[in-house]
Amino acid sequence: MNGAPAATDSPAAVRTLVVGCPDWPLTALGVDPGEQALVLGAGRVVAATGPARAVGVARGQHRREAQYLCPEVRVLARDEAREAREFEVVASALGAVTPWVEARCPGRCSFGVLGPVRLFGGEVALVRHTAEVVGAAVDRLELGAGSHPGCRIGVADGAFAAGLAARVGGVAPEGAVVVPPGRSPDFLAPLPVAVLTTPLAGRGAELVDVLIRLGLTTLGAFAAIPVADVSARFGNDGLDAHRLASGVDNRPVGHRSAPPDLAVSVPFDPPVDRIDRAAFAARSAAEALHERLSARGMACTRLLVEVETEHGERMSRRWRDEGVLGPVAVVDRVRWQLEGWLHGPPAVRPTSGIVLLVLVPDEVVPAVGRQLGFWGGASAADERAGRACDRVVGLLGPGSVRVPEWRGGRDPDDQVALVPFVGLTESPTRVEPLEGAPPWPGALPRPSPAAVHTEPVAIDVVDAGGVPVTVDGRGVLSAPPARLVLPERVSLGVDPDTGSDQRVTAWAGPWPVDERWWDPLRRSRRARLQIVTADGTARLVALADGQWTVVATYD
Amino acid sequence: MSRALPSALPRSLLAEPDLFDDLPPEEHSLPTHGLSEAGRPGLPLRVAPTLAETAQRIRPTTLAVDRTLPVIEALAGLFPDGLRRGVTVGVSGAGARSMALALMARATQTGSWVAVVGTSDMGLAAAFEVGVALERLVVVNAPHPDQWASVVATFVGAVDLVLVSPGHRPSTGDARRLAARCRERGSVLVCLFPEGRSPGEGWPGRIDLQFSMGAATWSGPDASSAGPLARLRSRRVEVSVGGRGVPDDGRSDVLLLPDPTGVPARL
Repeated sequence: MNGAPAATDSPAAVRTLVVGCPDWPLTALGVDPGEQALVLGAGRVVAATGPARAVGVARGQHRREAQYLCPEVRVLARDEAREAREFEVVASALGAVTPWVEARCPGRCSFGVLGPVRLFGGEVALVRHTAEVVGAAVDRLELGAGSHPGCRIGVADGAFAAGLAARVGGVAPEGAVVVPPGRSPDFLAPLPVAVLTTPLAGRGAELVDVLIRLGLTTLGAFAAIPVADVSARFGNDGLDAHRLASGVDNRPVGHRSAPPDLAVSVPFDPPVDRIDRAAFAARSAAEALHERLSARGMACTRLLVEVETEHGERMSRRWRDEGVLGPVAVVDRVRWQLEGWLHGPPAVRPTSGIVLLVLVPDEVVPAVGRQLGFWGGASAADERAGRACDRVVGLLGPGSVRVPEWRGGRDPDDQVALVPFVGLTESPTRVEPLEGAPPWPGALPRPSPAAVHTEPVAIDVVDAGGVPVTVDGRGVLSAPPARLVLPERVSLGVDPDTGSDQRVTAWAGPWPVDERWWDPLRRSRRARLQIVTADGTARLVALADGQWTVVATYD
Repeated sequence: MSRALPSALPRSLLAEPDLFDDLPPEEHSLPTHGLSEAGRPGLPLRVAPTLAETAQRIRPTTLAVDRTLPVIEALAGLFPDGLRRGVTVGVSGAGARSMALALMARATQTGSWVAVVGTSDMGLAAAFEVGVALERLVVVNAPHPDQWASVVATFVGAVDLVLVSPGHRPSTGDARRLAARCRERGSVLVCLFPEGRSPGEGWPGRIDLQFSMGAATWSGPDASSAGPLARLRSRRVEVSVGGRGVPDDGRSDVLLLPDPTGVPARL
């Protein structure tokens, strides 16, 4: 693909200013940045205060891990609606700086500096003014805490470089990083390639992994490779990543403004004043937009959401995403925007219900499309099942519908995990072991138990003399097991009242395993036994920390 | 008007479409004069095909095989013609989960989806070994009894197999509505009754096909010589089925469920 534009031919990257409020989930909840606190979203840490980070709490950790590192940490649940609502105040305050504010997600927005820099006389003055505006807006929120961690500002050629400049810098305005025009490549060069993961969305992690294994650990090293070679080896994704790393242009290859007829509008009659109803309608509108775009082979990277009320009040906001805005992402943006407007402070709140919602694709790129299966991809049955799952998620809440993902492991409950259903084949989870994957030493042999108990039941395993059976350090049983002593009521499918016989008629094992002995937190040392009792039931029992439990039944 | 019409063709195919098909019947302009001249008074006056007739004529033929879901070969003795769509299946006794997985395996391989509602202890590694295509399996934890029926109803019709094991006793009306929805949409509802619960106390509606697991014998290790290579290898179990479309004395088969590789096999 020699037709790929060389770096020097690219359009000049738009000089961009990025404002980021670090740990916005905490700020929105009114947490004092001086205390040890963290916010959990979907079971993982999404934000933590400085003192909590200082002892090792980091994003992406599980709650238990974080609490182990920092026992007295205050754990708060994430409130996305509140984040959006509070941030809308900041975003609209920035409207005094420039009308071209592009929101990314609650806590982060950007704008081109070309216009406002003339108004304020220089980038440094612009940065100082922006920091003042944001600081004043956050102070006005009166979030309860006396102080907030301040905002970060970065200015560079292209939104990618500017975002990183905001990340590496300190608290604005003094800590703001302004990369001089034309110097973005030099600024990016020493940064690790891992920063490419986020802008490339689902495709980034794999590419970054390959680059690191190739020894290309910095953006500079990756950018030094000729663009034709990158294109030949990594295709379109690689080309996007290479352009980001070179700092020439943040926009993916071939962006263009969308023709106006692609906008989707949803009239509401009667007017709606509830966000969930509007978001419900936005969902079908987002899908219609997605279909219109994909019928032309395009995908949306910047979206203009316009809302109008019965009294003629209008509110529009531009939303940009690092990757491509899919239907689910569009609905999130609509929800955030409405949350900020309808539930915002009384000064900005509209006086009547919404009568019109318009989604305008502001900037589009050629769609690479989702990777379908070799034989035709998603069938009608898949689509139907996906829609049903979406409906059940709407009924029971996110995370209620789960799909299997192959993890591999030594126990039946390790091998396949359940992960929340996010959508159909967007990124299909792996559901079988990798071809030629190495075996797990100490794994239980086939067949696997058909019932894996979510809450293992404590039991006793005794030998012929009634003495509890133990396993020594070499994995040898103290005596052959003779009987299982089940607790009074066991809901393992066997009712002790029916007088089922718990004498052991056959057994196999033990399979000892000592996993993660280097990690005091997740270490697990146990021995497993298969036991068949006289009533014909086969169970998998495990001994850990001196206690036998029934972990699974061969039902 | 003396053209001879081939009499073998139905007249409705040869007639001109009625321009006033959308009017009430009494306002139709009927081509009565032509017919009376032909001297065949016995013919119906209205010769244009109605929408229903046309739909009947051009409807795609549904083969019997499309109204069944395929099952693995090991179950051929129990399902000579495959699993009929639209039925409610009950599976009870020790080994019910393995049997339910075996029932679903082949269908998932051929593109059907399975929803498992309220059976959070299903062994997914075992499901994989039995042959269930895990990419077409979704699991929902037991919903609140108030929402249980609407969750199951959402899946019935959207996926071909719905596996339920209600922790509560659904109302008779819910059971009847779900069964009717299954018949209408062609989904199969599999009700799992683990050992210790009889079908009568768990499911208030009618069960079309009831599987009962007989006494099971595990082979592999034994009490005397549990060597280092001993392990559970296979389970021999007699499965009997009764209900609609099954001879009165029932049908039964002896299976290895599972065999040493985890796959069900016929003995």
